[in-house]
Amino acid sequence: MNYLWVFLVGGTLCIIAQIIVDNTKYVSGQILVMYVVAGVVLTALGLYEPLVELAGSGATVPLTGFGYSLVKGTFSAIDEKGFIGIFTGGLTATSAGICAALVFGYLASSVVKPKTKI
Amino acid sequence: MAKKIGPQTVKLRTPVAIESTGSVAGTMEGLGPLGSYFDLIVDEDNFGDTFEKTEIKMHSKAIEIALQKIEAESDSIDLFVGGDLLNQIVAATFAISEYSRPYWGVYSACASFAESLQIAATTIEAGVAERCSVSVSSHFSSVERQYRTPLEQGSQSAITSQRTVTASGGAIIGQSKGAPTIVSFTTGKIVDFDCCDIADMGTAMAPAAAHTIITHFLATKTSFKDYDLVVTGDLANLGFNVAKDLLASEGYVDIGNFSDCGKLVFDTDAQNVGQGGSGAGCSASVFCSYIYKLLDSKQLSRVLFVPTGALMSPLTSFQDGSIPAIAHAVQIAR
Amino acid sequence: MSTNNNNLQNESLLEQRLRETFKTVKQDSRPKAENAKHIARAFGIGGGICLLGQYVKEMCIGFGFEKADAGTISTLFLILLTAILTSIGIFDKIGHFAGAGTFVPITGFANSIVSSAIEFKSEGHVFGIGAQIFKVAGPVILYGITSAWAVGLVYFLIGLVK
Repeated sequence: MNYLWVFLVGGTLCIIAQIIVDNTKYVSGQILVMYVVAGVVLTALGLYEPLVELAGSGATVPLTGFGYSLVKGTFSAIDEKGFIGIFTGGLTATSAGICAALVFGYLASSVVKPKTKI
Repeated sequence: MAKKIGPQTVKLRTPVAIESTGSVAGTMEGLGPLGSYFDLIVDEDNFGDTFEKTEIKMHSKAIEIALQKIEAESDSIDLFVGGDLLNQIVAATFAISEYSRPYWGVYSACASFAESLQIAATTIEAGVAERCSVSVSSHFSSVERQYRTPLEQGSQSAITSQRTVTASGGAIIGQSKGAPTIVSFTTGKIVDFDCCDIADMGTAMAPAAAHTIITHFLATKTSFKDYDLVVTGDLANLGFNVAKDLLASEGYVDIGNFSDCGKLVFDTDAQNVGQGGSGAGCSASVFCSYIYKLLDSKQLSRVLFVPTGALMSPLTSFQDGSIPAIAHAVQIAR
Repeated sequence: MSTNNNNLQNESLLEQRLRETFKTVKQDSRPKAENAKHIARAFGIGGGICLLGQYVKEMCIGFGFEKADAGTISTLFLILLTAILTSIGIFDKIGHFAGAGTFVPITGFANSIVSSAIEFKSEGHVFGIGAQIFKVAGPVILYGITSAWAVGLVYFLIGLVK
């Protein structure tokens, strides 16, 4: 894996979002949704896998990679279990990230108070 | 009795006095150019348990300070008029509930202080009350929570955005001689020029400000030269320039005495506040500190105070609504 | 008398004139976003976060983890790092600097969950933290899952036909 590709692909995915956020009325929350859905669609069309092979974390760490994991998980669950896999595959593949964010978020909220930004 | 002298303008026959003011501000505002004018600077995170409770405490403190300055008892207040930006104007309500006196809660967003002044002035002139308290507040974090993203979320704010001022202002309105007086006022109408960008409220409010200022000028047969200061509420840099252009298009070009509380309260070059200050507490606290002190010390004698408000809610914004704006003008003489 | 009439006419037309002027003034006044600076920061920080993820992943592979598990561990690492930086009040400053550089990577997803949890603590465990923790991340999960489900359904049906 070439670290240069990791940086270039990851950075470029961020640039695209930055251009959207600076030049349209879309805000980060909407862009994240676009990215996930874009990742799902591109993966389903077979266009995202080559990017993952080329850039590794450069393609999986951005939110499009979340869509990639969802689809990949869904497809392999369908291959294994058939119909039921349509429902179990996506969340299973992304469970670690969602679980970690929730648990860490809850733990953080029990010790931290939000602060006014100066 | 007051006299209607224009389509939206009222002249008071017996000028109503602004007897005393109190202002409370947060750290960021304390560090700003007007820091030394505020009566009290508080820790905006820990003055109360939560941001909302902090705002309530700041709100009631501003009234308390204004009362203390003239050694008045809260029982001498016939009517409390107050507002803020929180849903169901809870900051004003919870702050004023401790006084157990008659209360009118008002809302015209960041123009609430001017609306309160107009209500108090009308009430006193009509003989319905002898002395009123008006108070308005806003808190950066309680407003962010209600309108925007979580505080600890790492997001960039739009280049056009403004920072909500954490501050409160309270004033005691009565009939005593020798204090600055409200001589006339213009109640704004809702001006909606189809602005939808909630990250650029200064621009959305600028037409309302220009409209109210010109309407007041026409009714009172005055112009910029007849005032020491014409000051809008929270247009900030961007909206202020739009307002200036609008005024210029109507022939008001010599306007060196035109200013804006949102520009005065922060140093927009040095402080990370976007285009400047906003929020109901912006015009309220700047008036109750800086402007009132200059009036009191006779450095200013004729002021037109024009707080501006953006009257949308998060719901209407999500429903692609425009931003209706309002500006109320209060003419104050020393 | 004539001046009074003029004034009245002025007033009724004032809003209309201001509306026309406003259309042109509004366009001229809008400041340009600092595009180049923002893009450079988003590229540098965003690329850097991906690099960090890749580095952790390869380190895990070096320790003998399977490739898929190594990827998961690096995701968990980035989420934990985000949670810590958010808790000590630093992440929002980095995010303010980096823009899309931090919100596009998984760090942005984690930050939105952690910051919502912290923010709504004051409304209690159920209606505060519980109800609001997905305030920003919820839509991402909803549309991600739903679109992946739809894609999966198509994949399943194509498989049946074959």
